[in-house]
Amino acid sequence: MTGTWIELVINIIVILLVLIGAFITLSATIGIIRFPDIYTRLHAATKASTLGVSSILIAAFLYLYVKEDIVSGKLLLGILFIMITAPVSAHMIGRAAHNSGIKPLTKNRTDAYEEAMRKQQ
Amino acid sequence: MAFQILINIIIALMWMFLSESYTIASFIAGYIWGLLLVLLLNRFIPGRFYGIRIVKIIKLILIFIRELVFSNLSILKLVYTPKPDIEPGIFALPLEVKSNWEITLLAHLISLTPGTLSVAISENNDTLFIHAMDIDEVDQSIQEIKDSFEKAILEVTR
Repeated sequence: MTGTWIELVINIIVILLVLIGAFITLSATIGIIRFPDIYTRLHAATKASTLGVSSILIAAFLYLYVKEDIVSGKLLLGILFIMITAPVSAHMIGRAAHNSGIKPLTKNRTDAYEEAMRKQQ
Repeated sequence: MAFQILINIIIALMWMFLSESYTIASFIAGYIWGLLLVLLLNRFIPGRFYGIRIVKIIKLILIFIRELVFSNLSILKLVYTPKPDIEPGIFALPLEVKSNWEITLLAHLISLTPGTLSVAISENNDTLFIHAMDIDEVDQSIQEIKDSFEKAILEVTR
């Protein structure tokens, strides 16, 4: 018996975080396949993958800190950069898709951006 | 604000030299003393006490994390609904925030909120076009964005 109950609790937290992260990332992938058009797919790709990857990184950080006594700043920076870059890339992909003429899939054709663009010309 | 931080760092360095222990721990202790001094002598230093702004920034980060978790729950719900009854569409959001930084921050927050994703911004920087998962809830989400995010961002930047 080397482990104390604190170690057990940390282990459980790490396992839970990894499982949750894997599940959320898997759901994001399923969402990308299932959703109807590019804009709704972007929803799945940005939000779910951000939290999924972050929770896996937090689990890795906790594990390294408790087991190996390493404070890994890289993992924390990874979370920060994912949170900064994912919405930016989603914005750019959405804008590029709209500019190249992909219409969002709507029932009543509510597309304020298209109207604004048309008004400008 | 920059001046106050500079004073604070100088006080922290002084604390380090006075206590003759050149470690991170004593720097942090000195920084906390400096924060207290800057707060006490706030009347003689130009500008608002910058600790208030730091508290607001922390509040903004907490809002950010909360919204991220909620948006993930809603996306998960949609992914596993057999036939999702949604109506996607793009709506326009008139902006109150003006500078580039504020707009960037707001677009980030919007992209990580439940059901909304920023798609484009108008030429004169006064309208943000947002793709919504469910266009029926547009009024509600506009109100939410205005109330929570724009207010929080304005509190930080002004």
